[in-house]
Amino acid sequence: MIRYALGRFASLVISLIVASIVIFAVVEVIPGDPAAFMLGVNARPDTIAALRAEMGLDQSLIARYLAWVGGMLQGDFGMSWTYKTPVADLIGDRVWVSLPLAIYALILSTIVAFPAGIYAASRRGSAGDTAIMGATQLGVAIPNFWFAMILVLIFAINLRWFSAGGFPGWGNPLAAIKALTLPAVALALPQAAILARVMRSSLLDMLGEDFIRTARAKGLTRRQALWRHALRNALIPVLTIIGLQFSFLLAGGIIIEQVFFLPGLGRLIFQSISARDLIVVESVVMLLVFTVIMVNFIVDLTYAAVDPRLRVRA
Amino acid sequence: MSLLSIKDLSVQIGGTPVLQGIDLEIAAGQITAITGESGSGKSMTALAVMGLLPQGAVAQGQIVLDGTDILQTPEAALCRMRGNAMGMVFQEPMTTLNPVQTIGAQVAETILIHEKVAKTEARARASAMLERVGLQVGPHRYPHELSGGQRQRVVIAMAIAMRPKLLIADEPTTALDVTTQARILELLQGLVDEFGMGLLLITHDLAVVADVADQIAVMQHGRIVETGATADLLRNMRHPYTKALFAASTHAVQLPEAQVDEPLLQVQNVVRDYPVKRVSLFGPRPLFRALDDVSFTVGRGERIGLVGESGCGKSTLTRAILGLEQVQGGSISLDGAPVLQGGKADLALRRKMQVVFQDPYGSFNPRHRVDRLITEPFFLLDNPPKGAARDQAIAKALTDVGLPAEAAGKYIHEFSGGQRQRLAIARALIVEPDLIIFDEAVSALDVSVRAQVLDLIADLCRKRPLAYLFISHDLSVVRSITDRVMVMQAGKIVEQGETEAVFANPQHPYTKSLIAAAPKLPELAHAADAL
Amino acid sequence: MSRNLIIGAGLTLFFTALAALSFLWTPYDIEVLDIPNRLLRPGGAHLLGTDHFGRDILSMIMMGARTSIAVALVAVGIGMGLGVPLGLWAAARHGSLLDDLIMRGNDLVFAFPSLVIAILITAVFGPSAVNAIIAIGIFNIPVFARLTRSAALPLWERDFIRAARVCGKSSTRISAEHILPNITNLMIVQGTIQFSLGILAEAALSYIGLGAQPPTASWGRMLADAQTLVSLAPHVALIPGFAILLTVLGLNLLGDGLRDWLDPRIRVVRT
Repeated sequence: MIRYALGRFASLVISLIVASIVIFAVVEVIPGDPAAFMLGVNARPDTIAALRAEMGLDQSLIARYLAWVGGMLQGDFGMSWTYKTPVADLIGDRVWVSLPLAIYALILSTIVAFPAGIYAASRRGSAGDTAIMGATQLGVAIPNFWFAMILVLIFAINLRWFSAGGFPGWGNPLAAIKALTLPAVALALPQAAILARVMRSSLLDMLGEDFIRTARAKGLTRRQALWRHALRNALIPVLTIIGLQFSFLLAGGIIIEQVFFLPGLGRLIFQSISARDLIVVESVVMLLVFTVIMVNFIVDLTYAAVDPRLRVRA
Repeated sequence: MSLLSIKDLSVQIGGTPVLQGIDLEIAAGQITAITGESGSGKSMTALAVMGLLPQGAVAQGQIVLDGTDILQTPEAALCRMRGNAMGMVFQEPMTTLNPVQTIGAQVAETILIHEKVAKTEARARASAMLERVGLQVGPHRYPHELSGGQRQRVVIAMAIAMRPKLLIADEPTTALDVTTQARILELLQGLVDEFGMGLLLITHDLAVVADVADQIAVMQHGRIVETGATADLLRNMRHPYTKALFAASTHAVQLPEAQVDEPLLQVQNVVRDYPVKRVSLFGPRPLFRALDDVSFTVGRGERIGLVGESGCGKSTLTRAILGLEQVQGGSISLDGAPVLQGGKADLALRRKMQVVFQDPYGSFNPRHRVDRLITEPFFLLDNPPKGAARDQAIAKALTDVGLPAEAAGKYIHEFSGGQRQRLAIARALIVEPDLIIFDEAVSALDVSVRAQVLDLIADLCRKRPLAYLFISHDLSVVRSITDRVMVMQAGKIVEQGETEAVFANPQHPYTKSLIAAAPKLPELAHAADAL
Repeated sequence: MSRNLIIGAGLTLFFTALAALSFLWTPYDIEVLDIPNRLLRPGGAHLLGTDHFGRDILSMIMMGARTSIAVALVAVGIGMGLGVPLGLWAAARHGSLLDDLIMRGNDLVFAFPSLVIAILITAVFGPSAVNAIIAIGIFNIPVFARLTRSAALPLWERDFIRAARVCGKSSTRISAEHILPNITNLMIVQGTIQFSLGILAEAALSYIGLGAQPPTASWGRMLADAQTLVSLAPHVALIPGFAILLTVLGLNLLGDGLRDWLDPRIRVVRT
């Protein structure tokens, strides 16, 4: 188990290093002179020189890369050129909108998908199965930001149950959660549809396995065999999908934030793109990628908890 | 009064009859064997008794176990009977256990399902049961840590944990090595005696049947064609199918005299190491020696056998000879030239050697037609025949193996297992190689088909001198189809010699144990004239 | 043929035909603004009504179909064109350093969802339809590479591959002659699914302004424009959404139908 975890950790570190090199290369090497790029064609030479000095562009690429990575390790993400504040502060405020939104959506998606998938698999071919599968077919096809607009139209504009957008802050947790509910539902629905389909097909695969027949021969009912033997084995592919979905929820959140005018990472990144503030873009992208890689690491560890075949005996 | 009584059982799936008019009585403390070839309905009979027929199956008749008619019992009551009054052991020990639960928990579950006992007590009884079936490892192990034989013991422990009156074993030893098979059969016999269970043993292996069964039922096409006490039935077979089946099992082919010439294949001191899982994080990966100083020679025109149990290195040796893998030491040469030179095999040398594999279903690309499939070795020729010459070569190859020339235009799924092995032989022969490797080539076939394919090989030897290496785990097959035999154990060849001499008078203890463990059919002089 | 296949093929054909027709004819010119006739309800001279600039929505849907389908199709092409050979290569050299490198590279790309790639590209090169194609296409590569490898690996264990190796065929030749034909069905089905995901991704990217730029019409941009008008003229927001929904639904049904028709054992991945 420890060796497996160490192995996964080593690959986590390598992934992070390679990812940071890729991001650094795209943002700071491809544009040629990032300072001139950020300031546009009409910038005065002395402004460019000032920015170059601030970004440390006179140093070698390797020194700049190491300084960037070293800074991030200490929580220093550099200084935003347009906001004139540390990027860490900008991110710090906004991450508490984006991250809770993704987690909220993941919880909703799992809560909906697990029972639906299990029900459909256990009653394969029934009217309930057909209905659930039909609904997931629609759920998979709906663009989440459009679904978000429809939710606003129905629940905010017509029924006035929720506000159409904005975020009151975490000072009042209930209000904050309420403000995140419609966005989370919009994000979660398509993912729940995918997850329910994976859950169903994975369970059906397992129900066809020999060890289910063995369990039935022991005297377990169909239902007992499903809950005690098929489910845990079916979880392995489901976990993979959940891990992948988290990165989609995080990225998808950036889009949904636009629909609901939420002050999250999404808004920060679009403002930075239009202001050509590469320092902010670079750091936010690195943060997103870091989160995705971390989540996959956690999923890998969960595999070992579910599947003893991955645990190596010491 | 019998324990299980099946009366006029018929089963249909989607309107197609799979079982018809089955009558069978099983007594307590007795072993009743159902035998027959694949598709005869053996397993379906077992599933019907367990009340586990596949969805869409319709059963008629009576299956009375200890006074209860299974076919009239509702599902909930059946669940209480399964694992309690009747237990079942399946064929494939690798997949019959849940990979994510410990073996102890899986055995204890049988008890917990049927009895209101504390978990600790169930665990304790499960451990005792695992010990009773002769398992040497603790109950906290997971299935993937166990060998096939050990897993089969776990499955047996699960099936008998409640001491059921009836135990059904569906091909329980088919996936196991012959020495493991002997021990598992011994265990089952011991359990029948100790618990007074009735055992319904389903197996295609007539030698196993003759060895252990008190009563035999022979099935063909969903019917029981003959049934009786083992000794009586073996002495006095009435149904032609029974006679044919036993004749095929003891079938000995007539090989023409070998004309052994100069050495063709020379294997000298070959060593093959595989890296295995690391034990420490930073040390070098440990090596597993799959072939350990293997040396032998196959002469031109010589037919040589290689026997050994799974994992002994047979397959590794095959791959090394075929030049598909590098070896770490020693040399393999064909007709004087090394099969691999600088990691590459040369085409001219490759055409002197072809192979026939075990699995008739996996040996052909399902997307190509037969003409393309069997002419694949033409790739090895500098000037492969084209047009009419190619068609002629295909027709000849097909008729040589007893198939019509029209087969060339068909896809592989249109052929039976036996026909596919004929096609595999046609593919191997089409470039007229000097050496053919038969890699478990008849192991997946039913006995009657196997006898035909073996006859075909002998026939081909009569038409032109053929040298082959016949690899098999089945001693009885090797015995009649080879001139010389080698016995392999743990990567080493422990014994080699004239086939008859080795079988009649084995020298090495391992060879002795293999021959002793192999179940044997009694001499059935008059059965042979049925073929 | 299943119902799925017929409905799916019908919907796909319908939107493809709309896109093709837009090259020859659209009811109105979408570059001409007609402010007096803005936000007309469906019916009358404008079958699907007009938007806030008075442009004909049907014409814009037709032009948008062209953008969506082109972007998604090219992105699938990139994913298949690079991913399938990479997967075949990794499977042929299973267990080697090369296999390891290809799979690790794939894992790494999975850490960059297409939106993140699009953000990076846009930050440096500015937004465009090409940007969307690259962002979606890059993300498709590991999908096809992984699937190809996982489908090819068991085939390499089959005896017919060993027989071909005994006949002296190289792994490249075996990949082309034996492996590829046996995974074609799987690739067709997965390609359909990636096509539908590409339509969704393109819509999302153009919705947030990282995709096709005006005057090129795109369904995502139509929705972005309609967002503030949703209470005033719901049809402006509903129609492009339904266009996306029906196209994606059609492709998914087509994929499922093809799978049932070609080989029901095929397992696709959908993320």
